[in-house]
Amino acid sequence: MSSAAARLGVLASRVRFEEKNILTALERRGVACEQIDPRTLSVRAGTPWDGPQTVLNREVGHYRALYAASALESAGVTVLNTAAATAVCGDKWQTSATLVARGLPTPETTLALTPEAALKALEELGYPAVIKPLVGSWGRLVTRVTDRAMAEAVLEHLAALPSPQSHIVYVQREIAKADRDIRVLVVGGRAVGATYRRSEDWRTNVARGAVSERCPLEPELTALAVAAADTVGATLAGVDLLEEPGGRLTVLEVNDRVEFRGLQSTYGTDLDVAETIAALLTAKAGAQS
Amino acid sequence: MQETLVAPACPECDAEVSLGTDARVSEIVECPECRLELEIESVEPPLLILAPEVEEDWGE
Repeated sequence: MSSAAARLGVLASRVRFEEKNILTALERRGVACEQIDPRTLSVRAGTPWDGPQTVLNREVGHYRALYAASALESAGVTVLNTAAATAVCGDKWQTSATLVARGLPTPETTLALTPEAALKALEELGYPAVIKPLVGSWGRLVTRVTDRAMAEAVLEHLAALPSPQSHIVYVQREIAKADRDIRVLVVGGRAVGATYRRSEDWRTNVARGAVSERCPLEPELTALAVAAADTVGATLAGVDLLEEPGGRLTVLEVNDRVEFRGLQSTYGTDLDVAETIAALLTAKAGAQS
Repeated sequence: MQETLVAPACPECDAEVSLGTDARVSEIVECPECRLELEIESVEPPLLILAPEVEEDWGE
């Protein structure tokens, strides 16, 4: 269903498994909804918008998602997640700083303002360590550095990149983890599902071929994931947790436009993620009207 | 079995790409022949274009 009077919008330039299922779930509920393609979107600041007044942000590009949310909010629209949450989740340093400020466990992280400063930071953190781009996902350009020579080579490449942002270096102590991490899906302040993501690659992204297995929603894991999502202000979140040696859980990152294909496949008919999100969105829209 | 729309042609290799009746504008599909990612530009009539290249800030 799509109409000019649609009350709900799903912001997405790419309709993947997740977006398609969310749109279908909304339609199944009889809700007037429409897909909004940000490639065609422009919003006048401070002026009421004649589109849906509650919008789920599923735009795959971080900057387009961030500015679309900000622009729509300026026009009075309720956006899930908020622009503020997108700004924190989409930037690894902002996420780390926010988690640390709340006292939540997260790997030891240093932000170095130049590649030269990053080398010193790496020496202090110790090897192996991980260098990550501030923005980006699916494990791309995440680099595990095992010694000083390798660090110097990677940092020289970063210094040669044209973007000033590339010269700000996010350095993280590597967690000697098992061959898996944990993805917890938080919807509306509730952990609704969790999976182990297992991979032979040290990066356990499903986008890199990791295999999902269902993970029990134990109280410690649930409480930490919900607290992490709340800390960054994300109503919808995919919280990635690592198990440190000894079993302590630590928060690696929080994804604001979470992909859930892998998680959904492990739950089968026991959980309908898209329906859970559609229910929350419908409730939010009801609260706004 | 899912019903299919008239199969549009892949803009790269001209192979037929079957689309389900639940196909949506902006949906990403893969060409069964050349494996390129394609975007559904229109459902009625079914029309495919090459999907955009992955950008640096794409992700979850």
